Amino acid sequence: MTAASIDNGFKGAAARNAAARARLLRGLLPALSLALVLLAIAWLNPRAISYFGFSLMLNLAIPIALATIAQMFVISGNELDLSIGTFVGFVGCVTATWLKDAPLIGVAILLGSIGVYALLGALIHLRNLPSIVVTLGMSFVWQGLAILVLPKPGGKAPDWLLAIMSFKPPFIPFPIIAALLIGLIVHFGLMRTSYGVILRGSGGNPAALRRAGWSLLKTKVVLFALAGLFGVLSGMALIGITTSADANIGNGYTLLAIAGVILGGGEFVGGRVSPIGAVIGALTLALAASPLLTFMHIPPDWQVAANGAILIIVLAARVLISRRER
Amino acid sequence: MVLVKSLAAKPWIWSFVGALVVWLATIAFTGGHGAGGMVTAALSLAVFTVIVGVGQMFVITLGPGNVDLSLPANIGLASAVAMKVMAGSDAMIVVGLLAALACGAAIGAVNYLLIWALRIPPIIATLSASFIIQSIDISYGRGLQIKPPPGFADFTNWQILGIPVLAILTVLFTIGAAIALQRMIYGRSVLAIGQNIRAAWLAGVNVGRIRFLTYTLSGALGGIDGALLAGYFRGANVDIGNEYLLASIAVVVIGGTSVAGGKANVPGVWGAALFLVLLLTMLNTFGVSAGVRLLLTGLIIVGVITAAGGEKAVR
Repeated sequence: MTAASIDNGFKGAAARNAAARARLLRGLLPALSLALVLLAIAWLNPRAISYFGFSLMLNLAIPIALATIAQMFVISGNELDLSIGTFVGFVGCVTATWLKDAPLIGVAILLGSIGVYALLGALIHLRNLPSIVVTLGMSFVWQGLAILVLPKPGGKAPDWLLAIMSFKPPFIPFPIIAALLIGLIVHFGLMRTSYGVILRGSGGNPAALRRAGWSLLKTKVVLFALAGLFGVLSGMALIGITTSADANIGNGYTLLAIAGVILGGGEFVGGRVSPIGAVIGALTLALAASPLLTFMHIPPDWQVAANGAILIIVLAARVLISRRER
Repeated sequence: MVLVKSLAAKPWIWSFVGALVVWLATIAFTGGHGAGGMVTAALSLAVFTVIVGVGQMFVITLGPGNVDLSLPANIGLASAVAMKVMAGSDAMIVVGLLAALACGAAIGAVNYLLIWALRIPPIIATLSASFIIQSIDISYGRGLQIKPPPGFADFTNWQILGIPVLAILTVLFTIGAAIALQRMIYGRSVLAIGQNIRAAWLAGVNVGRIRFLTYTLSGALGGIDGALLAGYFRGANVDIGNEYLLASIAVVVIGGTSVAGGKANVPGVWGAALFLVLLLTMLNTFGVSAGVRLLLTGLIIVGVITAAGGEKAVR
């Protein structure tokens, strides 16, 4: 409940048409931001717009996109995961050690960690706990485990993972294909299946879902398990690119993932999220965070600020569009 | 007996019980050595968590979704500002403190401006702001090697009979905060907004102004905290505030303040802060490795929150 919702209460039903147009514009906003960043890069450094350039610039976009999708699942249930970054780091450490040396144990650990995520969902629902605090606490747990698994930076990615991540398909760079695949698969699962509707509904109107006989416990467990699954994929993809791990490798992903979801048109409450938007948001952040700034000769000090500024600009644009909805 | 019963009914008592248990466990381990020193150290460190915790408590009390995620970046920047303004000179201590306070208050005001102008959830607004503040701090405080003025460093470490003076002052401050919360129009308005923002608005509470004041207050407390931390640890640092993101939120929740808003608890912030600090001391005393310490800290926080339980959210 914010002051904004009070304002909304007074909103008339008039101007449906304009509202529909504004909604379309709003839906296109993530794609527009990405196009803008791409244009800026093309203008600053035309040579970057090539097969090789994209493979290089978007390299880290795959793990960011996967982490963003993980966060998106949690946000669709009106919760927030502040531990996804350290979780990605933990998965990275397991991938670079157990998964290479003893694949069976490695797989068991990773599956177990998805189970922990599912349990967290159950715990948060059953005890009605604030997810921010629980996941902040869990971020310490994952970081501690990561340090225990890999006390010093090192380890090595399994060969099959390296092979997948350095795959070079013809014409279209791998990161773009991967991003498309991730976006489409999750879009189909969450937006086009009937249980996907229930999952989003658990964030949109939990009371109505409960009265309709759906288990909110189950939806929360499923959403958190999916977040865990995509967190695992993100950590593995990250190690496939960096080839070795470090306990702090994923720490920045918590905030990047939240920013990606919001940039991609996701709402913070109400189960309104967009998987394709989230992937686009992650790509925008991956591009804007370093290649664009490097081409603009902005020192690395200001890269974090650029993320914040992009978020604020996009949100401001969204407000301008929403004004027209009235 | 009546006293025990009425105490047990207070939500904040459990955080003090937790702190006591942790303290007893540690001195049982050391065989009674350093029991007093531990309390002194815990009090000096808890102060920093309590100051930001009170700010965070007012923000969280505004209702679901209200939280200040910019505190760590705010503390980092304010510590650099304070050290630069003081420039190692005793004469500039007050000016430096005021500069840190102003810096923090400005960050808080900007936070609310973003929330209000962009109509975005406070979590996203304070998060975006913290990205930018962090960059400003990295760029502004790079290679900052200024030591705090000797008078200021001594003041933040000053003890009377084993009790840090800063802790005494912070107790006075928290008493003031409790009075502001329960007995003043400002505090009652914060509680009213947290219970039902629409009802508060209809009852004539100036919702916008109160929320603005609360975010500014939280920012200002973060600023002061940054300056004091720089004095205590003898130097500013970009990462000096990092641990206060978890700590500030955790002490509020463990201390019995409702995350759903509308119900705050000042004494609990003290109990929870002491609990967290003593917990770290205990784990250090047991000599566990960094990994195990992080793991146990996380597990205990999740465990305590689970035990304390959430209430049925009225949404």
